[in-house]
Amino acid sequence: MEFNATLIGEMIAFAILIWFCVHFIWPHITKAIEERQLKIAEGLNAAERAHAELREADNKAAGEIKQARQQATEIIDRAQQQANQILDKARADAVAEINRLKAAAQDEIASMAQRAREDLRERVGALAVQGASKIVQREIDAAAHKALLDQLATEI
Amino acid sequence: MASEPQGGLTEYIQHHLTHLNFQVSPNGFWSFHLDSVSVSLALGVIFCLWFWLYARKATSGVPGKGQAFLEIVLEFVDGQVKDVFHGDRRFLGPLALTVFIWVFLMNAMDLLPVDLLPWITEKFGVGHFRAVPTADVNMTFAMSITVLLLVIFYSFKAKGFGGYMHELFTAPFGKWFAPFNFALNLVELVSKPVSLAMRLFGNMYAGELVFMLIAGLFSAGSWLLFGMGVIGYTVWGIFHILIISIQAFIFMVLTIVYISMAHDHH
Repeated sequence: MEFNATLIGEMIAFAILIWFCVHFIWPHITKAIEERQLKIAEGLNAAERAHAELREADNKAAGEIKQARQQATEIIDRAQQQANQILDKARADAVAEINRLKAAAQDEIASMAQRAREDLRERVGALAVQGASKIVQREIDAAAHKALLDQLATEI
Repeated sequence: MASEPQGGLTEYIQHHLTHLNFQVSPNGFWSFHLDSVSVSLALGVIFCLWFWLYARKATSGVPGKGQAFLEIVLEFVDGQVKDVFHGDRRFLGPLALTVFIWVFLMNAMDLLPVDLLPWITEKFGVGHFRAVPTADVNMTFAMSITVLLLVIFYSFKAKGFGGYMHELFTAPFGKWFAPFNFALNLVELVSKPVSLAMRLFGNMYAGELVFMLIAGLFSAGSWLLFGMGVIGYTVWGIFHILIISIQAFIFMVLTIVYISMAHDHH
């Protein structure tokens, strides 16, 4: 146990070592550790956030798919309806056309029958006049008896 | 041993317990133990360079193995400080780290074969060389007195001059026992560095002595004793790994405790 100046020298050396450690060692390493802690915390947060976002996106996608499916069925329904309408309309048009044509034909038939009847009536009138003139063997004034003959013709 | 080949065990041990002394002036105090100074400074420089080289390029990304090791050590020390001291650790943390690593490295010199460094220095004409700075009272007291100065500094800083004086004179028995209180506190204050230094010194000195005693068996002249020496040296060496770590740890923890106590108000 002999004390000497070594004591003072070592105290100075110790102080220098402490100073060096305080300024050049401790802060750098603790800074690195703390930054890494921060990074890890951020990474974990980001992972959690991404997870939540993924779940949200999944939900959204599922909703959109459902909506799209619904829209598709709506469109199909509407298309079917429209097709039915078109079919109905076509059928109605066809029926109307048929009716129209039938009516026209009937009209024509009727007018032709009318004309034929009038023709016939004229011929019958003439024949009746010829027959009567032959029967009475004399000329009958066609103009004077026209009214009588016309009446006869309409009775046929 | 080589200088006194036939001196026997006592001479051998006395030789090994003599410091390499450098007398500056005829006055007894002004001399230096060159062995303690050189080894402790070399280890201090190794500590600084080692930690500084990693601290300089410390990355907050994926650390290398070297950085990871230092971070483990630092986190361990920081955890010890955090357990005891609840304040700004920017000084106490590095202080504790310095104490721990430096004391550990100096203690670890005990694990070198006791004759190795003296044998080497003898080749260079230096007769005495003690490799373990912490087995030198000057070394341990230098550290513990520095800690005492820090304790006093932080007592003043935390409590103010008046507050600290008040505490010195009134705690623990109140103002009517002021002289008694002061004497008690003075004893408490002085006992801290003494116990701190003597504990480390005693352990390291005794450890060194046991190594020397065992090493004495090697030259006892009998193969049986030589074998016992080998076994004893190995067993004590392995046990000593525990002692040097524990002593470094205790010195660090007590340093933390003393300085954090300086922050506490009574």
